[in-house]
Amino acid sequence: MSETTIGGIAGRMPKFIRRADPAVLTAFACIVLLLFLGSLYSRSFLSPEYLLQQLKVASFLGVIATGMMLVILLGQIDLSVPWSVAVGAMMASAVAAFGPAGVALAIPFGIFCGVAIGVVNGIGVAYLRIPSMIITLATNAVAQGLMVVYTGGFSPQDSSTGAMRYLATGFAIPGVPNAVIIWALIGAAMVFVLTRTSFGRAVYGIGNRERAAYLSGIDTRRVVMIAFAISGGLSAFGGVLLAGYASKAAQSMGDAYLLPSIAAVVLGGTSILGGRGSYLGTVAGVILITLLQSILSVMQMPEAGRQIVYGVVIVAMLLLYGRAPASR
Amino acid sequence: MKDWRYWLAEQRGTLLALGIFVVMFVIYTSNHPAGFTANVVQTASNKGVLLAFVAMAQTLVVITAGIDLSVGMIFTLTNCLASWLVIGSGIETAFGVIAVLGTGLLCGAINGAIVIYGRLQPIVATIATGAVYFGIALLLRPFPGGSVNEDLADALTGRLFGVVPASLIVLLAVVLIVWVPFSRSVLGRAAYAAGSSEMAAYMSGVPIRRGKFAAYALAGLLAAVGGLFLTFFTYTGDAAYASGNAYTLFSIAAVVLGGVSLFGGKGSAIGAIFGALAFRTIGDLLFVFDFDPLWQPLFQGVILLIAVSLGAFALFRVRNRLEWFL
Repeated sequence: MSETTIGGIAGRMPKFIRRADPAVLTAFACIVLLLFLGSLYSRSFLSPEYLLQQLKVASFLGVIATGMMLVILLGQIDLSVPWSVAVGAMMASAVAAFGPAGVALAIPFGIFCGVAIGVVNGIGVAYLRIPSMIITLATNAVAQGLMVVYTGGFSPQDSSTGAMRYLATGFAIPGVPNAVIIWALIGAAMVFVLTRTSFGRAVYGIGNRERAAYLSGIDTRRVVMIAFAISGGLSAFGGVLLAGYASKAAQSMGDAYLLPSIAAVVLGGTSILGGRGSYLGTVAGVILITLLQSILSVMQMPEAGRQIVYGVVIVAMLLLYGRAPASR
Repeated sequence: MKDWRYWLAEQRGTLLALGIFVVMFVIYTSNHPAGFTANVVQTASNKGVLLAFVAMAQTLVVITAGIDLSVGMIFTLTNCLASWLVIGSGIETAFGVIAVLGTGLLCGAINGAIVIYGRLQPIVATIATGAVYFGIALLLRPFPGGSVNEDLADALTGRLFGVVPASLIVLLAVVLIVWVPFSRSVLGRAAYAAGSSEMAAYMSGVPIRRGKFAAYALAGLLAAVGGLFLTFFTYTGDAAYASGNAYTLFSIAAVVLGGVSLFGGKGSAIGAIFGALAFRTIGDLLFVFDFDPLWQPLFQGVILLIAVSLGAFALFRVRNRLEWFL
């Protein structure tokens, strides 16, 4: 993300291509290929309305994948996404039922609950040294248990607030959905944090070798915990947006976001072992996954077929460029 | 040190899991309205062995320092397949059982091939293959239904000689046929060695690839045994996403409770079996104490959280801070 801004497009392009990660280029090539295949199937695939609609749907996944990317860059993983999303959505909707103050606090409170889940994950991973895969599965189960007790096992009746609906479906700038603007803002903030702050450099350092990062004076445990807290908060914010989009929260609304968020990050060239990857790749991965989902549903593929195509495509693409080096 | 002390040190996790299970089961039966009767034991063991099979499957992969997040989906897929195939005359049923077990073995082998020969990370690879297996299960059973050979089902979920639950006998047989030979074979030792230190094992010429592949494939087979049993237990096939996910999650909990190290190379499937039985019993404790069933998911989640946090006590023994970072 550190391309030079001096010089014209002609002067920049070759350098840009030379510097770009092959994985990111592959992901963008796949997007073009998918659009091409889609346009063969139906003309409307290349219409601006359709593309903007896809971008809007992609932005929910984009917000969630941003947090996931931060955690994956550390060499960890966050499997508590499904219920962080649901908790964010449900708690924001629930608080909204408590009068005007509740309506005002709905979005911050939803995000706060997600941050709380993330902090538990972070303490487990950073201070208790529990493998992230395990502790995040456990907090996911606890969050699910809490929500089941709270809602009585049904989808809650509370509906989302006007502000949530506005963020997810409104148009602050004519023609550009608010959700896309939010994704762009969060994405820009993440790029800034990753490339321009010591926290971001520490994240890359820990992902490469935590021991070395620790010895060079980074408080690695604090960085890991903050990263998990941000991931939890962004998942919950994604849930808040989704609740605004669907105008209410639902029990299993987050289940559909775990695999796509990991897949988007990994397909975008971020190493699952941590320490390597760019946000541009994650953007490409998110758009790729969303387009794939959209094309499968336009083709009226049943849920079963979608799951199969989805799993096969992810494995196939990872086999193309996500392989670990051979042991010598 | 004497031999028995080595043995004790090696089996500490397993014996701890056995201890937890016995204590929990005593609390459970002594508060159960029907008390310690053959019926109570039969129901408990039928529920317990389902998780025990899946936990055994997870153990095999965890020993190699991997993880299989698709075990629950293989379990669901084989359940749906069994509700089509395990029916009819004796020979048809037998072929059905073989086909179901073969499918499980194939699913496990695909996981193994992708992880070992494709060199992908087990987490991502098995989440993706899990989606594929769930998709196939959904193709087989878009709606819950199907049937199973009820004579066989009743025989395997009933009681032997009126007292011993048949499911426990099957579990014992699977342990003797699959786990014991595997863990004592060269491949089994290779799986342990690969989990303990892959580089050292590779340098010493241990067949780590074959060992890991065998572990993944046998994990698929064991998950299929679990799926078959679920069919015998419910008489139907059901492609339920939540239940498949829950079994994956609980299998990890059972493995941890059973003293198997998630970093690989340590633990045994016997421990995981007791871990699974203990986990089930703890979950059922709520019922005998008349709690609202709504609290069960939270209760199980908290137990899972506590179980995985227990490993953190090892941190107190760490003298050098650099050992925090593996």
